[in-house]
Amino acid sequence: MVFLAFPFLWLVSTAFKSPRELGSLHPDWIPTDPTLANFRQAFDEQPLLRAGLNSLLVAACAALLAVAVGTPMAYVMARRRTWLTRAASGWVVVSQAFPFVLVIIPLFLVLKELRQIDSLPGLVLVYVVWALPFTLWMLVGYVRAVPVELEEAAAVDGAGRGRTLLSVTAPLLGPGMVVTGLFAFVSAWNEFFFALVLMKTPGRQTLPVVLTHFLGAEGVADLGPLAAAALLATVPSLVVFAVVQRRVSSGVLAGAVKR
Amino acid sequence: MTRPARGAPQRQDTRRPADHGTWFLVLPALLPILVLSVGPLLGAIGLAFTDAQSGRTEPTRWVGALNFRDLLHDTLFWESFRTGLAWAVLVTAPQFLLALGLALLLAKDLRLRWLTRALVLIPWAMPEVVVGLMWRLVYHPDAGVLNETLRRLGLGGGHDWLAGLGTALPAVVLVAVWAGLPQTTVALLAGLTNTPRELHEAAAMDGAGAWRRFTTVTWPALRPIALAITSLDFIWNLNSFALVYVLTGGGPGGRTRLPMLFAYEEAFRYGQFGYAAAMGCVMVAAVSVLLACYLAGRLRGGDER
Repeated sequence: MVFLAFPFLWLVSTAFKSPRELGSLHPDWIPTDPTLANFRQAFDEQPLLRAGLNSLLVAACAALLAVAVGTPMAYVMARRRTWLTRAASGWVVVSQAFPFVLVIIPLFLVLKELRQIDSLPGLVLVYVVWALPFTLWMLVGYVRAVPVELEEAAAVDGAGRGRTLLSVTAPLLGPGMVVTGLFAFVSAWNEFFFALVLMKTPGRQTLPVVLTHFLGAEGVADLGPLAAAALLATVPSLVVFAVVQRRVSSGVLAGAVKR
Repeated sequence: MTRPARGAPQRQDTRRPADHGTWFLVLPALLPILVLSVGPLLGAIGLAFTDAQSGRTEPTRWVGALNFRDLLHDTLFWESFRTGLAWAVLVTAPQFLLALGLALLLAKDLRLRWLTRALVLIPWAMPEVVVGLMWRLVYHPDAGVLNETLRRLGLGGGHDWLAGLGTALPAVVLVAVWAGLPQTTVALLAGLTNTPRELHEAAAMDGAGAWRRFTTVTWPALRPIALAITSLDFIWNLNSFALVYVLTGGGPGGRTRLPMLFAYEEAFRYGQFGYAAAMGCVMVAAVSVLLACYLAGRLRGGDER
């Protein structure tokens, strides 16, 4: 338990320390003279606000799109068995294990062709595809939990296929879609590798990439602002995790949430 | 998902007539998958046989297996491959054992379970980059809590853990164990809660002790999910990037240069696209073996909830 908690507590403590205390050779757990100066300085040193907005925008769009395109496909995967759904399931499994580096080079070239390098919409597209394996996996589980009998009953009552989906299945899937979307949001918010490779203009970079700038050349870092910025970047994911806490286990094996 | 799900009704599959609405439902997801995932994958295999470089004006040429032959003689590549394997073993094994302990603990009805659960989730919710930065603060030679603790215990201190040739790899391994622990724990916990309670009770009635109950009831039920999560963990660890990139950047002296960092540098620092793609292919081949283990675990029912 101590092992799990102490690095995070240290991060919090460092974020509130004054420069004098950070320079001292005997750092304490509780800042002797707590200050918010590190947070102000962090915003001065790097375009944190901009990066945060970029991250928020990209993660929200990616999550919405992943659920929007993933839900219909998951529905088909859960209810039908054809060569296509079989192939899709295979893809879901295999892509869990993929070394991104193999995909990133041709992806980089494809996006260059589409003029989407260094563009936020381009990054959103990449994140949608990146989130789809576990999004589909979770959604398939939620679709399976909706009894087919309900759909059949609606069909017997004369509802068409589209109507059955919209007024019977969709409302029951709602909560599952929200949880899945939150997972997709966190995974995009936390993602680093694709953002590092694809986003070059400082004003368009996402938060994780901008955070690494705090390290500066040769890894020499201004510890206070670094800790403050790092702490801020964690808040959204912590909030989401607190909200979906109970559902976490259901997304687990699929939940390549961070990688 | 292709196999019949236990308990899920299957009859709707065969009876309904073919229905063209299906394509309408599948295409929105299928198109991006094909263009941005399957396409680049096939493209990468093709690239591996060319001399593609970034920013070059001459056309790319087909070079056959040349990249692979070069890889075979590239000592830096083999070094990173060995480092990657050692790293994956060193991270996965303690991760599994610690996670198993934690999961067994969490499966019990403890009083502070909510707190423990919350703690377990913290590392998972944090962005990998933040985890890396955070541990740099912990390991910091002057302002870090680790050295300060050692100093107070009279054990020296002032050590630059991430820069030492001998300490860098163990230091990043520890961070990776910390960061990956929650996922493994929660997966095992899910497996534990699936074990029927009656089995435990029956075993306890028959007078089986805790260890015996573990080996005869808990472990057999947990084994498929344990196999699946361990092979996935191993693969994920082999593919790690962000943590080590932030912690050491692959240094000192290449001691922590994992395969992904090596490939990243080849591709995006030196522009050797073809070469890096070939290296990716080698990694995929290595990973396929593990993937087979993972699939074996899944097919035995590891993932069904």
